[in-house]
Amino acid sequence: MQVSYREKQFTFDETMTVQQLLKKLKILPESVLVVRNGQLLTEDRSLAPEDSVKIVPVVSGG
Amino acid sequence: MRCRTCGAPAVINLRQHKLALCAEHFDAWFLEHTARALRKYRMIGPDARVLVAVSGGKDSLALWEALLRLGYHADGLHIDLGIDDGLAYSARSRMKAEAFAGQCATQFPGTRLTIVDLPRQYGESIPQLAARRHREARPCSLCGLVKRHEMNRLALELGYDVLATGHNLDDEAATLFGNVLHWETGYLARQGPVLPADDAGLARKVKPFCRLYERETAAYALLRGIDYIEEECPYAKGATSLHYKEILTQMEHDAPGTKLQFYVKFLQARAGGLFAESANAPALHPCTVCGQPTTAEGRCSFCRLWEC
Repeated sequence: MQVSYREKQFTFDETMTVQQLLKKLKILPESVLVVRNGQLLTEDRSLAPEDSVKIVPVVSGG
Repeated sequence: MRCRTCGAPAVINLRQHKLALCAEHFDAWFLEHTARALRKYRMIGPDARVLVAVSGGKDSLALWEALLRLGYHADGLHIDLGIDDGLAYSARSRMKAEAFAGQCATQFPGTRLTIVDLPRQYGESIPQLAARRHREARPCSLCGLVKRHEMNRLALELGYDVLATGHNLDDEAATLFGNVLHWETGYLARQGPVLPADDAGLARKVKPFCRLYERETAAYALLRGIDYIEEECPYAKGATSLHYKEILTQMEHDAPGTKLQFYVKFLQARAGGLFAESANAPALHPCTVCGQPTTAEGRCSFCRLWEC
């Protein structure tokens, strides 16, 4: 699975849920949206090794 | 996870509301919550002309679109700050705002975008201005001053009744957190969803997204296909407000609804008279250069910025 987050790329070979992916990357689910093929995913959705996933940060401002 | 309304696969889970929704019903929920805030705080009159401050980011573009869909007469205002930093940040933000304005004008004829080009109009970009004023390391307060002045000036000069900004719940909660940490009672007395117009020359300002989480505005923008600038301003890195947001998001993770409760309970307490004794704003005088209201006699802070 190819995962992009803040200009970084991660690769995972196993199947996991969105929640497990975020936990692995130490990202709070409240701070991001997870998108696969343009579709928003809830935390319980399963991700397959062939998926391409984008984690979109939602925090803005300064 | 299934949509509570129709049972289709959900695209978002709003833990603070114990509510999962599909794309269609999240869209309806989001618009209804925006409309509810507009009604609750009596933000915009039925025939009012609204000027929406659009940065090119998710919140402001989503707000502009939502107001148009709700039937308001809403135009956009973009301030090109001239921030480059090797990333062409302002140029790309402006392109996003202009492209979106083009789409809005097609869908809602008559909608227009006004651009203020700071370097062209005043001779200096924000980084240039900050360097001359020896504020290179942290130009954010200076940038905020410039934006507030220009938004107010344009809203009044162009005859708009209301200036709307895309501040969301996370922004408001972080500001509140900072104001409480420093016991800024004057700011606490004035922080709210509506800042009324003032005879001295302050435009009416409203924040229709003040009860919507940043994650919700981002989801709305994504689901509506709004092409916004995802990158943050290069100067925002390390900003105190972002640190406050991180702290509050951790608290939200541990106890969903924390941010909403923090902000809503504050508004209730303020309406009940808390900080009332601090509510009297200092007297305002017209700036001798631009005519905008200022607490200082003579020139306002904005006009003094441009002095050599």
